[in-house]
Amino acid sequence: MKVAVFPPNSLILADLIERKGHKPLVLQSEIRKKVVDAEIDSPPLNITEEDPIKGLKYAAIEVPSGVRGRMAIFGPLIDEAEAAIIMDEAPFGFGCIGCARTNELCVYYLRKKGIPTLELKYPVTRDETVEVVNKINTFLDQLEEENG
Amino acid sequence: MVKIAQISCGTDFSGVQKEIEKAASTFGAEIVFPETDLDYIDEAYQKFGFNCASSGIKLMIARAMSIVEGKSDADAVFIATCFRCAEGALVRNEIRRFIQQNTRLPVVTYSFTERTKADELFIRMEALATIVARKSILAREKQEGLTLGVDSGSTTTKAVLMENNKILGAGWLPTTDVIASAQKAIEEAMDGSGYKMDDVDGLGITGYGRLTIGKRLGAKLIQEELSVNAKGAVYLAGHQKGEATVLDIGGMDNKVITVNDGIPDNFTMGGICAGASGRFLEITARRLGVDISELGPLALKGNYKNASLNSYCIVFGIQDLVTSLAAGGSKEDVADAACHSVAEQVYEQQLQEIDVREPLIQVGGTSLIEGLVEAVSDTLGGIKVIVPEYSQHIGAVGSALLVSGMGDLDEK
Repeated sequence: MKVAVFPPNSLILADLIERKGHKPLVLQSEIRKKVVDAEIDSPPLNITEEDPIKGLKYAAIEVPSGVRGRMAIFGPLIDEAEAAIIMDEAPFGFGCIGCARTNELCVYYLRKKGIPTLELKYPVTRDETVEVVNKINTFLDQLEEENG
Repeated sequence: MVKIAQISCGTDFSGVQKEIEKAASTFGAEIVFPETDLDYIDEAYQKFGFNCASSGIKLMIARAMSIVEGKSDADAVFIATCFRCAEGALVRNEIRRFIQQNTRLPVVTYSFTERTKADELFIRMEALATIVARKSILAREKQEGLTLGVDSGSTTTKAVLMENNKILGAGWLPTTDVIASAQKAIEEAMDGSGYKMDDVDGLGITGYGRLTIGKRLGAKLIQEELSVNAKGAVYLAGHQKGEATVLDIGGMDNKVITVNDGIPDNFTMGGICAGASGRFLEITARRLGVDISELGPLALKGNYKNASLNSYCIVFGIQDLVTSLAAGGSKEDVADAACHSVAEQVYEQQLQEIDVREPLIQVGGTSLIEGLVEAVSDTLGGIKVIVPEYSQHIGAVGSALLVSGMGDLDEK
């Protein structure tokens, strides 16, 4: 199944999803498509004026361009998602797209979608970490069963 | 090469990073990013004390701290966040103050959209690059010797002749042919002074036509209007230290510059709608059958609340004023309503984009319309507004002042 994650660029969540045979929907793969595109020259991410305009699908014109630019990349991943894992209160080293307003909007869209969603609080102790990983694995196993 | 440290949030995802780098390189400057690591972001954020939710903004704080603590090397700082991001606007301003209070680096701020192009950033980058390169000239607070300043604007050309910190003569005329207009303005400024062009120690030029005129007349100083106007305004207002805002409601466009110790750090310019310009007042004066110079005193006697004005538009707004007159409204009330209309629109379109600092120094031809000056102060909640003498000549005065720090004319 295609599983969206939040933060949308969390390598740890992406890795856990891949280990269970699902497809993580992460920002890196989308950014990769952009940065290897020889047609575009708008470093560092090859996001052009067109992208924040595409982001209008997810946020209105009065919303800052940076939020819309981020949504232009992450929004289609949310559209594609069949399941989601949301990690709340994660430090930025765990994964982050830099903007609190985008975070609020992404989490809201994921919740609104009505897909199987696992919401977790970022673990701060060893025991909590083991519990969180177990919860993620159980959630991913169940997805597999549901998927047949 | 001048190193401009970029402290920003959202430039990558808005697709404008390339435009920023292009604007900097146009003026021989290079964009650099101050050094930070994950631990330092937390440390700097705690030290700075501003609680914000976006980690991109936390990174901005850490980059600012890195500059202030000398961990990164830069000659100037460019601070930018997305237009309409409230958190970004708050932190952008606090970082600006933090850097200005703790370093001597020039700072320019900007709020961008996805449509921001390099040319919109040119004047800021040019100002940063020249402030770095000409730091000693911009520090000048007194005019010395005999110098001439010319401001070649889009609508009018101004010239001022100064000697030992005094204005000897001034010239002002509508811009037609750029060079001919400058020559005529210079003639007007020199007229009656007893001096000839050869006596002048230095010629400084600013404004849209500065490059053309500067080359032709062999100017010693050719400088963008942002730093020259800021300098001219604080010099004339006697406010060379501390913070101030310079407002120029022009005939065609409006400029707002924020200044710290005479050095500009933000700038906004608009000019899409004639209803927010001096043109609206010119047409109002014509409709009232008075000279533009009489409009200000007339407005001071009126009360804008008595005249109905439902549109800021130059067409519909004027129609409203005419309707008010037909309904028995007084000329005074209508004149005051026109001044408030322009002031409110400048506020709504421009002053909200910028952090307005007291005192506000109002300059340009429209600053001579007293009713408008009062309306601007009213609209901004009674802020102190200074209109210095020669307020319509700030660019020319700024040029004459700055060029006087550049040595003998022989070098030209």
